[in-house]
Amino acid sequence: MGKSEGIPMVDVTIGAGGAVQPAEVKDVELYHPKSWVTKYVFCQDAKVIAIQYSITALSIGLVALVLSWLIRLQLAFPSSFSAIGPGEYLQFITMHGMIMVIYLLTALFLGGFGNYLIPLMVGSRDMVFPYVNMVSYWVYLLAVLVLVASFFTPGGPTGAGWTLYPPQAVLSGTPGREWGIILMLASLILFIIGFTMGGLNYVVTVLQARTRGMTLMRLPLTVWGIFMATVLALLAFPALFVGSVMMLFDRVLGTSFFMPAIFELGQHLKYRGGSPLLFQHLFWFFGHPEVYIVALPAFGIVSDLISTHARKNIFGYRMMVWALVSIGALSFVVWAHHMYVSGMNPYFGFFFAATTLIIAIPTAIKVYNWVLTLWHGDIHLTVPMLFALSFIVTFVNGGLTGLFLGNPVVDVPLSDTMFVVAHFHMVMGMAPIFVIFGAIYHWYPKVTGRMLNETLGQFHFWVSFLGAYAIYFPMHYIGLLGVPRRYFEMGDLAFIPQSATTLNIFITVAALIVGFAQMVFLFNLIWSLFKGKPAGSNPWRATTLEWQTPETPPGHGNWGKELPVVYRWAYEYSVPGAKEDFVPQNQPPAPRAA
Amino acid sequence: MTTALILVLVALGSVLFHVLSPWWWTPIASNWGYIDNTINLTFWITGVVFTAVILFMAYCVFRFRHQPGRRAAYDPENKKLEWWLTIVTAVGVGAMLAPGLFVWNQFVTVPDDATEVEVIGQQWLWSFRLPGQDGKLGTSDTRNVSSNNPLGLNPNDPVVHDDVVIEADDLHLPLGKPVKLLLRSIDVVHSFYVPEFRAKMDMVPGMVTYVWFIPTRIGTFEMLCTELCGAAHYNMRAKVVVDEESEYQAWLRKQKTFAQLSARTRQAKGTQ
Repeated sequence: MGKSEGIPMVDVTIGAGGAVQPAEVKDVELYHPKSWVTKYVFCQDAKVIAIQYSITALSIGLVALVLSWLIRLQLAFPSSFSAIGPGEYLQFITMHGMIMVIYLLTALFLGGFGNYLIPLMVGSRDMVFPYVNMVSYWVYLLAVLVLVASFFTPGGPTGAGWTLYPPQAVLSGTPGREWGIILMLASLILFIIGFTMGGLNYVVTVLQARTRGMTLMRLPLTVWGIFMATVLALLAFPALFVGSVMMLFDRVLGTSFFMPAIFELGQHLKYRGGSPLLFQHLFWFFGHPEVYIVALPAFGIVSDLISTHARKNIFGYRMMVWALVSIGALSFVVWAHHMYVSGMNPYFGFFFAATTLIIAIPTAIKVYNWVLTLWHGDIHLTVPMLFALSFIVTFVNGGLTGLFLGNPVVDVPLSDTMFVVAHFHMVMGMAPIFVIFGAIYHWYPKVTGRMLNETLGQFHFWVSFLGAYAIYFPMHYIGLLGVPRRYFEMGDLAFIPQSATTLNIFITVAALIVGFAQMVFLFNLIWSLFKGKPAGSNPWRATTLEWQTPETPPGHGNWGKELPVVYRWAYEYSVPGAKEDFVPQNQPPAPRAA
Repeated sequence: MTTALILVLVALGSVLFHVLSPWWWTPIASNWGYIDNTINLTFWITGVVFTAVILFMAYCVFRFRHQPGRRAAYDPENKKLEWWLTIVTAVGVGAMLAPGLFVWNQFVTVPDDATEVEVIGQQWLWSFRLPGQDGKLGTSDTRNVSSNNPLGLNPNDPVVHDDVVIEADDLHLPLGKPVKLLLRSIDVVHSFYVPEFRAKMDMVPGMVTYVWFIPTRIGTFEMLCTELCGAAHYNMRAKVVVDEESEYQAWLRKQKTFAQLSARTRQAKGTQ
């Protein structure tokens, strides 16, 4: 640490082949749009697809935000709202969870940021399969519309919880049994089809379409994060896909994949011999990697935000890459830590506890490297940087409570309580969403050519960060008390003190205030589009390729006549001896002084 | 400056909230004090790490904030530091995992002298079954369920007839005796949870799961369902009463066996 003498002025990852190696793929001819429709609607340009993905994801996210207000109102003031009954409450939590995890976070990180940033950051003209990429978005939109449609069907959307555990998900004791569950499963199946088309694009583009000199170990961590997340998603979503198809068959055709003999509401159902646990294994084989599908892009992006705004190279780049890869690999062998008390063979607990706590090690390394990047930095407290800092706070907090739940005995009293709700909102709700906000403040100038308003951004940040912390930190203690999750109301349980109700009211007030701050953010997004300060091509003085485009916003084909050539890694900030405190990746090495 | 200060306040405020919180776990009423100890140990380790990381970050934000003329250092890697941090983390993680697995082994290993008690979940109520004079529970199957036989006991199994069946009433357990709960459901997944016992296990239709503990405190405790089981999930409740042995036996004598209940329903049918 500290002393920087003696470190050569080249990137740490230079290979034996010299600074610039030949590109894997020659420059390609793109599809050129001929009309307004092919330019803005059925568009094959990854940048437009990215914006379509982002707007759709944020719009459906607003629905989830409103649902969260209704959930919180019910919890703080039970039996004050005649429109919210136990059934509606379950529908709200189910749709809120599913929208946030799948249709907002996954779609925005991969479909939104992935599409926009991958081609620009690796120096290619577009994704390798632009047509498939376009279809991916339209299938995603269809999935969202099918999901929304379930609100308007008889019986409403499903109230099975976002985990959709059978048998209750397909039986009549759960709301949305008529159409809600069918549309939910259909929508998930569509989403996965759409995602697979996009996902193959991201992976192949990163592997095959990098420009000359862009070795894998020169990729910005943003690309590494999105790349690894996409690989995970391509391997994990099939488990959810088959689970959804099988449950759809159980519901519609009367098969018994997940349905044992059941006596429900006074009669024997026709199911025989299925296994509810099988679904849980399929679900969590997808569900746990899903946590990292959301987290890895956030890890990558936040690394670049911290590095750029602290004017310092990311600390331990190679360790960061290997941490991403090993977290990705380990995430496939931890799924049953969601099932310690599910009734599976309890001896599995030993294996899954060990793998789960091992995954904490590469994760902790990432945290150390983020804060060590701040050490001896030149920290500009811009809005993206503030959001990056708030990510570290919420992620460390949520990650550490994961060590409670990953330990089987500790999980026994805490599982399915509000502790779990607080934990995952902190670690995969707040933390990635703060990265999304930071990333939007960071890249909005590239996408639109204008800066977002700084004052509104500061307001948005402070209210969101402190408000969200005030929501989720105390919530752990309600869970510690023993209050179960997914409860319409706590009722007259003797072990719950009156003060817990007061705390619930406090949390709800905080949630409503944080929700209001998001309206300010939306206003900022629209207002700055017209009135924002012009950004120029590289307002943050960043090194990565997307800031070096000839036009801002980047034009069709990204790079004008010539593809950029990459000479150095992505983190040449404050290099001793260099004139500026950043050296763009495509800047050729200076001729050696005599 | 302000940002660094607020980060410090967030770290210290969290610690203060933890210390002063009136919201804490319920007084324990079972032998699983080890679980509470492991949670406490985990709170200590994670609390120290959390505070240290946030305070370090706050210090950096204060000390290395941008000022005119300031330039960051350039230090890409530091193998030694990275390895040290990895090793220290691994030790901390091991310190939480090892006692956790030790206790988990106890949690899943039922002592031989444990009395078996069956808990049956259905939307949205609890039923119970205790072994009769023979000390054994008879077999059961969801396919046997009918209005005369709501728990689906096997009427052809001779062991079944003296089993004590408790419907829509409290469960009593004797103080200080290990009890193994056999958990069963006839419709959807439910979950048995009594906060004071620190015991929880899902009840899955089509299979029998278990959990064991020793009640260590006399009193009445609430039993909750903690796996979403439909619209009235939040209202699926029952009570467990932990008694002295003599009171427990007195209560037990008043309960009806499966044979008595079947005879009663047959009688009721006969007089119709």
